[in-house]
Amino acid sequence: MDLYEYQAKDLFARYGVPVLPGTVATTADEARAAAEELGTTVVVKAQVKTGGRGKAGGVKLAETPDETRAKAEAILGMDIKGHTVHKVLITPASDIAEEYYFSFLLDRANRNFLAMASVEGGMDIEEVAATKPEALAKVAIDPIAGVDLAKAREIVAAAKFPAEVAEQVAEVVVKLWETFVREDATLVEVNPLVRDPQGRILALDGKVTLDDNASFRHADHAELVDVAAENPLEAEAKAKGLNYVKLDGQVGIIGNGAGLVMSTLDVVAYAGEEFGGVKPANFLDIGGGASAEVMANGLHIILNDQDVRSVFVNVFGGITACDQVAKGIVQALGILGDDATKPLVVRLDGNNVDEGRRILAEANHPLVTLVDTMDGAARKAAELAAAN
Amino acid sequence: MAIFLTENSKVIVQGMTGSEGSKHTRRMLKAGTTIVGGVNPRKAGTTVDFDGTELPVFATVAEAMEKTGADVTVIFVPPRFTKDAVIEAIDAGIGLAVVITEGIPVHDTAAFWAHARATGNKTRIIGPNCPGVISPGKSNAGIIPADITGPGKIGLVSKSGTLTYQMMYELRDFGFSTCVGIGGDPIIGTTHIDALQAFQDDPETAAIVMIGEIGGDAEERAAAYIKEHITKPVVGYVAGFTAPEGKTMGHAGAIVSGSAGTAQAKKEALEAAGVKVGKTPSETAELMREIMKSLG
Repeated sequence: MDLYEYQAKDLFARYGVPVLPGTVATTADEARAAAEELGTTVVVKAQVKTGGRGKAGGVKLAETPDETRAKAEAILGMDIKGHTVHKVLITPASDIAEEYYFSFLLDRANRNFLAMASVEGGMDIEEVAATKPEALAKVAIDPIAGVDLAKAREIVAAAKFPAEVAEQVAEVVVKLWETFVREDATLVEVNPLVRDPQGRILALDGKVTLDDNASFRHADHAELVDVAAENPLEAEAKAKGLNYVKLDGQVGIIGNGAGLVMSTLDVVAYAGEEFGGVKPANFLDIGGGASAEVMANGLHIILNDQDVRSVFVNVFGGITACDQVAKGIVQALGILGDDATKPLVVRLDGNNVDEGRRILAEANHPLVTLVDTMDGAARKAAELAAAN
Repeated sequence: MAIFLTENSKVIVQGMTGSEGSKHTRRMLKAGTTIVGGVNPRKAGTTVDFDGTELPVFATVAEAMEKTGADVTVIFVPPRFTKDAVIEAIDAGIGLAVVITEGIPVHDTAAFWAHARATGNKTRIIGPNCPGVISPGKSNAGIIPADITGPGKIGLVSKSGTLTYQMMYELRDFGFSTCVGIGGDPIIGTTHIDALQAFQDDPETAAIVMIGEIGGDAEERAAAYIKEHITKPVVGYVAGFTAPEGKTMGHAGAIVSGSAGTAQAKKEALEAAGVKVGKTPSETAELMREIMKSLG
C-alpha cells in the first residue's frame, strides 16, 4: 500500500523525523481556514499517490488565506496522471537553502535493502541516476545489522553531504530506518530532504510504501486505507478476499494463480487485436483450491462491471478442482437469473476436468461456451466482446 | 539425475500436522516422495497416519535430520512463523528448504536470507510463495500436481505456479527432468539463474523453458547469464504485458514501477540473448516442441 504524503509525514513525525506541521483539507473553505490558522505563507499540495505533482500544477504557493482558498479550489478535482485530487495538504512555506535526496528500499537483485542518498535533491531521482550516477550514493544494508549511527554516517559520507549538516542528516537517517523497519515498509523516500537557511534539516516531502503481507502485525495500518478513493469493484472484491484489479477493457477475466491470470490478460489482448482492439477488463485471481462459492463471488463482481461485454473463465486445476469451478459458475448464474446477460467462455484443464466439463454440459446454460484451449477461448471471448 | 531433488531425497515437512501441510504430505507420498517425518515441537513423539504410512513427528529439524537422514524440508507453516521455521532449517544445516507459504512479510524473507548468507549459504532455499519442485517419477517437494506429466528431458523454471502446471500440461508428451517454481515474491531464494546453471550441468536435461513475469530485473539478469553460460536451447515466456504501472498483479513482486520491470523489456533482453520467446504459453510450448523434435 502506497501512502499519501501527509500520511507518510505523520509516520515520520512519530519516529522523530523533522517535518513541518500541516493540515489536510478536502474543500477550499477548509484550506482557507487551515491557512488562517497557520498565519503565514503556505504551500497547497495535491495529495495523490503519483509523482510529478509540481509539474502538473498540483503544488502552489499562497500568501493569504483567500489566495489559499483559490489555489485549493483549482487543485481539488484536478486529474494528475489518472489520479483525481480529493485532498490537499496545507503546510507553511519553507525557505530552502539546499535540497537533498534520501531513500531506503528493497534491493530485489541482491536480496537485501539499499540506502540511496544524493546532495542533488528535489528532482526526479531516476533522472539523476541516469544522467549523473556518480551523484547518487548507493549503500547496501544488511537486514540483520540494520542502520545504527555509525552506518548512517557511512551513508552520509558516501553521498558527500556538507560537513555542517552531516551529523544532523545521519541522525535523521537512523530515524528513517526505524520507520522503514518498524512499519514493515518496502520504500521510505524523502525528496527533497532540505536544509533551511537556519541550518535545520527537514523532510519536506515523503513517500512510503507499506508491505501488505505484514498487515497481521500492524492493526493500525488498516486506518491508512483511503476507502473513498478505492474503485468500488476493487473494494467489494477486497471485502470478499479476492485479488482483483480493475482495468479499462471489455473482456472480464477470472482465473486461478497470479501468473496464469496475467498471462490470460495478455492472451486476450493479443487475440483482441483482430477484433478492433478488444482488451481485458480486469485481473481476478481466485487463488489455489478455490471453492464453488469463491468462483460465484468472483463472477458476481465481474458481471457487475458495466464495461464488461464478455467473460473468460480460464482455470488450470492444480489444487483447484475443475468440478468446483463448474459448480460455482452454474450456482452464480442461477443466483443472477435474468440479470446475467453477458456471454461466458470457459476453458478448464487439470484436476477433475472431465467432471467439470460434464457439469457445464449438463447445465447447458445458453450464455456459456466451453472451449478446449486457452488461446482458442481467448479468441472466442474477444470475438463475443466485440459483437456485444 | 534431475536437479535439486532426486529419487534419493529424504523429505521432512515443517507444518505437517496443519491442514495445508497434512493435505500436501498425503499428495507428496502418493507421488512417490520419500517422506520421513514432520516437525512440530508441540506434537513431538507422536506419529501421523497417512493412508497407512505412519510418519513420526519430531521436535526440531535437527532431531528429524539426526534420526532419519533427511536432506530436504518442505515448509507449510503460517506466515507469522515462517521466518523462524526457515532459520531453524538453516541452522540445522539441511541441504534444501522449500518454502511454500504465501504472504510472508518481505522483511522476514530478507532476514532469513541474510541469515543463510551469514552462515555460508549451506541451505538452498526455494521460494517463498512458490509451488515447490518436482522431478517427475522421482520425487515431489511441494504442491505441484504429480499427475500432469512424467519424466522427460525438459527442465522448467518459473515464477508462477499455475503457469508451471500449464506448461507441464502443454508438453506432457515430452515430460520433464525437473520443474522448479521459484515463486513470485520480491525476494526469493533460488533464482532463475541458479536453476539455469543447474539444468546446464544436468546430463538428463536437454532443453530449458524459463517463465518470468513483470517486476524486478531477474529475467534481464537471467538473459545475460544465458548469453554467457548456457549452451542448451532455452525458450522463454513472460507474463504481464497488459499490466498497468504501479499495480500489484497478484504476486507481491509482480509490479511495474515507473518504466522498470516491464514484460516488454524482459522479452527483449531474452531475445537479445538468443532465447525464443512465445507470445502465449501454447506458442511457447510449440517452440519447445520443435526444439525437442530436432534434438531427436
